[in-house]
Parts: sequence; structure tokens; C-alpha cells
Amino acid sequence: MTSVTVDESFQGRVYPASGATAVTADAVRAFARAVRAVHPAHHDTAAAQALGHADVVAPPTFAVTLAQRADAQFITDPAAGIDYSRVVHGEQSFTHHRPVVAGDELTAELHVDRVRVVRGNAMVTTRTELRLADGTPVCTAVSTLVVRAPEEQ
Amino acid sequence: MSTVSSVRFEDVRVGDALPTARHEVTRADLRAYAEASGDRNPIHLDETVARSVGLPDVIAHGMLTMGLAGQTAADWAGDPAAVVEYATKFTAPVAVPAEGGAVVEVAGTVAAVDEQRRTATVDLAVTSAGTKVLGRARAVVRLP
Repeated sequence: MTSVTVDESFQGRVYPASGATAVTADAVRAFARAVRAVHPAHHDTAAAQALGHADVVAPPTFAVTLAQRADAQFITDPAAGIDYSRVVHGEQSFTHHRPVVAGDELTAELHVDRVRVVRGNAMVTTRTELRLADGTPVCTAVSTLVVRAPEEQ
Repeated sequence: MSTVSSVRFEDVRVGDALPTARHEVTRADLRAYAEASGDRNPIHLDETVARSVGLPDVIAHGMLTMGLAGQTAADWAGDPAAVVEYATKFTAPVAVPAEGGAVVEVAGTVAAVDEQRRTATVDLAVTSAGTKVLGRARAVVRLP
């Protein structure tokens, strides 16, 4: 079986946050529509405020949009040797320390927690820590990506 | 399905079933998710690329399936911000043919309650065409 190669020395690497990303109401609404999150708190500021939120609330998986952008620093680094077309998602988790709402300015710190090759496939586990500018933790997103080995020809 | 109601912690028991959901997923839904999420991996958009890397067809973003399934817990709680933890494994791809698309079905059961945190742990069973597509899908929901 052909094995994927991935640079295991990336394990333990930390990519510091570089600048904040503003969460816009439009981005929250578009994501909510895409995952069919119909609750008014995703779409209507007044409905969100009635539940005690500053503005429209992101669906529970919205943080992945920021986490995947952070992941790209590692996944698309030619030195890591990952073929993106062979990447599939293995596992995902979110721990919300506080809901993501429109108006948040979030920083993303990426940790490459694990890189290993199992039965020819590479498995990489990354953790993105999303925080407000003052350091308040917002969400911890952990992804395990599988880089599938090429089929035997 | 989209009713804005909320369960109260005191009324929840282990074993309670949540309302089930059925989601039709088409290629247009994959394009919309790609735009909204920024995940434009061609295996979700281009069947030539998908087949060239050994997949049966274009497949749905795992995160689209996870997002759809999460609505079952969020809608039950009545406040999307009530979902404080949510995790899954992606156990099988959801192939989305150009004609007819795919169907994702979601059922939820209360697996545990935590008196201290006033949370319920919801196990989600997520299938497409009879195949389990998410594994150990579990949301922790804070209740009023």
C-alpha cells in the first residue's frame, strides 16, 4: 500500500494569532441559511437581543469557518507535504466558552496537536483557540483531518 | 421544526427523544455551504475531482452534515447559544448525486443530565440512505 508522507515534525507547532477577524451579521446569516438554522436569533437582531445577546448569534458550528482558515496555515504549507484534494474530515469538536455573535472580533491561535501516519493515511489533529482581543476565550475547535493514501494502481 | 420553544431542565429525563429531522441535500446546498463557510475543497463541488481521488461522487462537507444535525439539539433547546459543546466523528461520506441529491436524517436522545451545570447531553443518530454518517455525535445543551 502506498503511504502518505507528512512531516511529523510539525506536531507541537503553534501558529500565533495574526490580527482579528470581524464576525459580521451577514456572515452569520449566510452560514445559518446554509445549515438551515432557522431560529430568529441567527437572523434578526431584535430576536437575538430578546434572548440577551448583543447581536445575531452564530450557529454552533460557525466557528469552523475561522478554524479552517487558521488550519490553512498548516495544511497548505508546502513544507507539510499535504495533498489537499486527499484531505477528508475525520473528527470535529467545539467547546463554546461564550457564544459567537455578530460584532465579535476574534483572534485564532492554531496548535498542531498531533501528526501521525496510521495504515498509510496521515491523521492530523489541530486545535484552534478563538479569543476576543482582550484574551477572553470564546471557542476551542478541535479538528482531525485524514489525508487518504493514494489507491493502488 | 422551527418552533421557538424551550424545554426546561426540570422536565428533561434521560431517554427522552427529541423531535426528528429530515434534510434534503442537493448540489446547490453544497455550493451554498462552500460560499458561506469558505470551504471550497473541490471534492464537494466537482465530481471529476471527487472521482479522481477515489470518492464515489461529490460528497457533502462533513461540516454541513454536522451543522444540519446540530439544529436538532439547538431547536430543542430553544436558544442556539444553549449548545455549549458539540462533537462528532465523520464515519461515512454523504454522496450527493447531481440528480435527486441525498437525504440526511437526524434523531436525538437525552443521554445524560447534569444537575450542577443544568445541562443535558444529547446523542444524535445521523444517517443517510440507511448508513450511519456521523459517529458519537453528541451535544451538551444548557437549559433554563
